[in-house]
Amino acid sequence: MNHRTIALSVSSLTFYALSLFGLTVAVRAEPPQVNIGSKAFTESVILGEMAAHLARHAGAEVRHRAELGGTQILWQALTSGEIDAYVEYTGTIREEIVADAARAGAAFDSEQSMRDALAQQHVVMSQRIGFNNTYALGMRRSVAERLNIRCISDLQKHPELALGLSDEFYERQDGWHPLQQKYQLPQTQIRVMEHNLAYRGLEKDAVQVTDLYTTDPEIKFYDLVALEDDLAFFPTYYAVVLMRDDLERRAPSVAASILKMEGLIDPQAMSSMSAQVRLDRKLETVVAGEFLNKSLHLSLQLPSSSMSAQVGRFLSKILHTTLEHLFLVVISLGFAIAIAIPLGIAASRNEAIGQTVLGVVGVIQTLPSMALLVFMMPFFALFDMGIGPAPAIMALFLYSLLPIVRGTYSGIRQIPAAMRESAEVLGLDSGARLRLVELPLALPSILSGIKTAAVINVGTATIGALIGAGGYGSPILTGIRLNDLSLILQGAIPAAVLALVVQYGFGLLEKRIVSPGLQPK
Amino acid sequence: MFRLENVSKKFGELTVLQPTTLAFEPGKSTVLIGPSGCGKSTLLRLLVGLLQPDSGTIHFDGTELKASNLLQMRHRMGYVIQDGGLFPHLTAAENVGLMARYLKWSADKIRTRVEELADLTRLPKAALDRYPAQISGGQRQRVGIMRALMLDPPVMLLDEPMGALDPLVRYDLQEDLLKIFRTLNKTAITVTHDMGEAGFFGDHIIMLGEGRIVQQGKLDEMISNPANDFVARFVRAQRLPTLTQQGGLS
Ligand SMILES: Nc1ncnc2c1ncn2[C@@H]1O[C@H](COP(=O)(O)OP(=O)(O)O)[C@@H](O)[C@H]1O
Ligand SMILES: [Mg+2]
Repeated sequence: MNHRTIALSVSSLTFYALSLFGLTVAVRAEPPQVNIGSKAFTESVILGEMAAHLARHAGAEVRHRAELGGTQILWQALTSGEIDAYVEYTGTIREEIVADAARAGAAFDSEQSMRDALAQQHVVMSQRIGFNNTYALGMRRSVAERLNIRCISDLQKHPELALGLSDEFYERQDGWHPLQQKYQLPQTQIRVMEHNLAYRGLEKDAVQVTDLYTTDPEIKFYDLVALEDDLAFFPTYYAVVLMRDDLERRAPSVAASILKMEGLIDPQAMSSMSAQVRLDRKLETVVAGEFLNKSLHLSLQLPSSSMSAQVGRFLSKILHTTLEHLFLVVISLGFAIAIAIPLGIAASRNEAIGQTVLGVVGVIQTLPSMALLVFMMPFFALFDMGIGPAPAIMALFLYSLLPIVRGTYSGIRQIPAAMRESAEVLGLDSGARLRLVELPLALPSILSGIKTAAVINVGTATIGALIGAGGYGSPILTGIRLNDLSLILQGAIPAAVLALVVQYGFGLLEKRIVSPGLQPK
Repeated sequence: MFRLENVSKKFGELTVLQPTTLAFEPGKSTVLIGPSGCGKSTLLRLLVGLLQPDSGTIHFDGTELKASNLLQMRHRMGYVIQDGGLFPHLTAAENVGLMARYLKWSADKIRTRVEELADLTRLPKAALDRYPAQISGGQRQRVGIMRALMLDPPVMLLDEPMGALDPLVRYDLQEDLLKIFRTLNKTAITVTHDMGEAGFFGDHIIMLGEGRIVQQGKLDEMISNPANDFVARFVRAQRLPTLTQQGGLS
């Protein structure tokens, strides 16, 4: 990992980027560029793929920034223009996006009022896509039909039923207890259990009712029904498309195509699509495409699901994530070394500077990575780099400072006074003392700081996936969302191996560049 | 070679050197002696500019020492401390040749000079390419002396150069050092607390006590004719064989 390869990879990337740019400029009337976003859960990724298909179908060149780390990140990316559209939920818009205005007194009791508020921010809110993804109470279809239960009120007539509720739903302020009050539910057998166990309990008839999300794929898998919320207890989370209004001007046909999602997907269709991804392990893009082909009579070309195609995809994905991961680590570490060593030297020279520098980089270290990312996105968004590797590299760079600054600082501070004076009395100027005496003596400590930074960096770089920077975090994130251990391991194992390689590599480097006079025997 | 005029030094409340006027003659070997903590090292460190005097001036070879000319002046002073003060990351030869490399001598010229100095200080050639941790204490001290001699400075300042050595090694090195001072006609200023060593090296001996010069001259004079009780007690504490007898008689 020397400077040459870093420089090489940077320059080849730059070259690659420039030539891509050149190509797109050279080609005739360029197709509109459209970026779609999605959140890090299956339903959102499927809907993102669907919007991407529709935009591509209308002639756009589309990039899907999948699995971004949350509402704030997507909303910022949307308002800064780094993505043009994504699917959001009315409940989330109410609670998180227009929350400030709501607290300031604006009432968002209707979807139209939210739509108006978003329009002020140049964001179009579509009509409902069709389904409401919220909490519901669910039962096996056969049991519900036998007892003639269709809505939650119907439960009043069946005090003998046992309920298996998830911990979260049972505890929530807007969960079980107010629900029980509102519907005057008489049941007394209430068990708090893990969600998967509750499903199995339904199957074995140990419990008859559980809480679920209206679009959970398990609804289809276990043949459940979601009871109608006839007293409108649960807040609504209707899916809608959020789209920048400039897309309608820039590429009206693309915008119109994306808006074909309005009214297109009912709860059954959504949960069936989620089931195909989560339970049948089909690709999101295939599931979304097949749905469009069927419901809109399109003929989209979809990737093959054959075994060999899957192995090929698997290998190229590992290679790809490795390169992305190395890119994040190497670039951020390179910058950190270039900045932190001089900082450490300055800190070692002057007590006041030293305390300030160590204090500041120490505080940076304690900032949660997610906060740091969200904090920096608006800044990078100014340069159209709000999502992608730039903020991740910045965060990793900041986290790398402390170990390297501290290694340099303490390495120099630990040099015995007699040694320092020897160098001075010989008549070396201060630059030569640093170069010929202080840095070589501090080198083991500096290297161990860099090693610590590098190892931490390899692990922390997985957060890059939250803002679309890729790396080993992507399979981990996808694995968490699909509850797929093998996918999580696809990210976690290479990350661990890479950390070991880094550790070992630094051991070798140390043997090579630290003077034998300083090596322990 | 060195001329001090009214030089004084305090560390906070502690006066380590009262205003002192003193000259070190070129080509002569002077020894600074006195009990531990009396300010011998401080005086030497003032001479090489590691410390600045609170008052007074120090001239080196006719020029006043200032921050601006210190670097150049130091190329003409050889400073040796206990155990050599060698850089552990450099081999013996690299330690010796460091300044010459900094001054851009050719590699050949450096090697020739280093080997010449190894002969002069009787350092085995095999030790040249070892690191300080890999050679003996006596050899480290010889390397420290070679490093100080590298640029052939007219002045050598040595702060307890034998402090860390056992008696036999110390004896050999004392012999060799004196020979070097004599043949190269160096001005030498050596700090010690050992009367025997002081008499062996010193054309001129300066005894310090409580921040000032209490007596200077030849060793014999101090023994036979101590200036005051302080000198008498210091001399007696050395338990020189002749003195023990005298002490026993009186
Ligand atoms: N940098 C310093 N700061 C404070 N006190 C010092 C410093 N250097 C030496 N001293 C004190 O000055 C006195 C003389 O020290 P020194 O010249 O090293 O004595 P010597 O070499 O004669 O044993 C001692 O009391 C020592 O503790
Ligand atoms: Mg001393």
